[in-house]
Amino acid sequence: MKELVIRTVSEALRNVSESAARILPRLLAMVIIFVAGWAVAWLVEVILRRLLVLVRVNKLFEAKGLTQLLTRAALPSPADIISRMAFWVVWISFMLVGVNALGVLVLQQEIASLVALLPQFIVALLILFFGFLAANFLSRAVLLAAVNANSPSPRLFSSFVRFLVLLLTVTMALERIRLGRGVVLVAFAISFGGIMMGLAIAFGLGGRNVARRILERRFAGGREAKEDEDKDETGSHL
Amino acid sequence: MSDESILSDEFVSQLTAVSEVDIVVGVPTFNNRATVERVINAILVGLVKYYFRQRSVVINPDGGSNDGTVEAVQGASVPDFRTVLAANPLRTMHVVSGPYPGVRGQGGAVRMILAAADLLGAKACALVSPDLQSITPEWIEALIRPILKEQFDFVGPIYERRRFDGLLVKNMLHPLIRAAYGYRIEEPVGTELAFSGSLARHFLDQDSGQEDFLRFGAYAWLTTTAMAGGYKVCQSFLGPRVEAPRRPGIDLTTAIQEIGGAVFHCMELHEPYWTSREGSQSVPTFGFEPIVDLDPARVDRKRMFHMFKSGVDELGSVLEKILSPSALQGIREISKLEESHFRFPDELWAKTVYEFASSYHRSVINRDHLMQALAPLYRGRVSSFIQENLRAGAREVESKLESLRLECERLKPYLIETWRKHT
Repeated sequence: MKELVIRTVSEALRNVSESAARILPRLLAMVIIFVAGWAVAWLVEVILRRLLVLVRVNKLFEAKGLTQLLTRAALPSPADIISRMAFWVVWISFMLVGVNALGVLVLQQEIASLVALLPQFIVALLILFFGFLAANFLSRAVLLAAVNANSPSPRLFSSFVRFLVLLLTVTMALERIRLGRGVVLVAFAISFGGIMMGLAIAFGLGGRNVARRILERRFAGGREAKEDEDKDETGSHL
Repeated sequence: MSDESILSDEFVSQLTAVSEVDIVVGVPTFNNRATVERVINAILVGLVKYYFRQRSVVINPDGGSNDGTVEAVQGASVPDFRTVLAANPLRTMHVVSGPYPGVRGQGGAVRMILAAADLLGAKACALVSPDLQSITPEWIEALIRPILKEQFDFVGPIYERRRFDGLLVKNMLHPLIRAAYGYRIEEPVGTELAFSGSLARHFLDQDSGQEDFLRFGAYAWLTTTAMAGGYKVCQSFLGPRVEAPRRPGIDLTTAIQEIGGAVFHCMELHEPYWTSREGSQSVPTFGFEPIVDLDPARVDRKRMFHMFKSGVDELGSVLEKILSPSALQGIREISKLEESHFRFPDELWAKTVYEFASSYHRSVINRDHLMQALAPLYRGRVSSFIQENLRAGAREVESKLESLRLECERLKPYLIETWRKHT
């Protein structure tokens, strides 16, 4: 009995040490690849940034209006973005190689599927970026139009537009990386439909008098009065 | 602005039939049937009465009217030459119409008139708006004479205005352009003006930058380009300017966005000129200045004040991007005042306009949005201006406007400093 226990324990210890002997060099290799990758990525980033500054890429993008676009979205300059992206691409590539060096089959499969998803992920990021820009632009346009039209609650209108655009953007981005596809689409449809129906009911019940006045002014002889009103605002200013 | 394809072959063949001329009068139209015939008649009488020795032509670029405007232009004629001046040698009066290329707006029409004036070798060219009710033949004399007789290159208009009329011009465009360009020109965006043949060629040689800005900003561009080019500039009294009741025109916000934006754009084009210029010089003025205190124009001051207050409250996040903290703080403070005590001081207004111009130059946000954000602040300025001058006479109002202009001139170094920041 005693011998059996000793044999089992020693076998287990041997197995562990064998596994450790097998894994540790790979783990060490992975860490070395990670660190070396970080160093290479950092070097690539620094060199690329200097190179881009040297060839005045910011000025080039400024002429195309992209620098202003990034500034308006509170993002760094094109040279910074490109060099930072190069850093992450290089380092993530090294990290994937490092994880691959572990030789764990499940991890390798996950990495392969992640790599396959990378282009979609980049597209999703682009969708989010442009969606964010569009949300900012449209909500500001609505805010300014509402303020200059003397409408009540301009910020509410503006926030509502921003929310709608961002909702649409996030749904499109998630749909692109196939994350909870059905759930996201159904959630979006329910939210969007709900908001629209809510608005329709609210306008129908609360704003029927306003709607009637607008329609009367538009179609039933009130047009001249509106035009006179517009002219008073402009005629005395120019 | 120069372009070989500005004039269509058909239009060129019409101009060839006219041959060389001394005077070109351009009347751009778009659905102005109700008024254009009278305008053309006044021009023809003016040409016959004052310039019967000169060869002249009326050019009518049309934006695609569908109400019979072009037919009305073609049908216009001097009713009876003998009633004008019996001794006149009868010259053929040419009126040439044709569609102008590109998008509808001032730019395409002005470009076509310039190209026609250049092709015909005109010595003087005048532009006249088609929806004027108050035009008389004397306007043509007032616009053309300084060029043909006094060798000036550019003639701007001076209109007889009612009190509180032309508030955007008086409170913003005139002081800004005077301070920047250094010319005391009364109507920097006036739509009746004249220029010499050499200046027309200069206009054609210039690059106006963005095409679409000329849609509403062509007149501001003509005036500022003449000043920046060092041409001899003068102005003429024309009398009251009364327009026909219009189709739905541009509203105040659009006017600020398009015309104010056009002036800021011109400042970008002429930056080397105006940043090196100091002070201002008076501009020779022709004609007779009537001193008449006309009834004030109707402006809803209370509505303007409340729109200013709500604009400052609601647009904080937008204004923070455009204005300096001190200017924004100043605006926030005056927006808390009671209506009866509300004043928008000259210094704060001048700094506000300058910071908007600089932010426009740096494109801190979308330029249309930036100009729209100026509208509520302008309403505040107008409300304050009317409140201050409710019982003031014409001379007192003029004296207060002169104070604003001088303040803008005093603060020009501030404009240059903010303009050059981060560029």
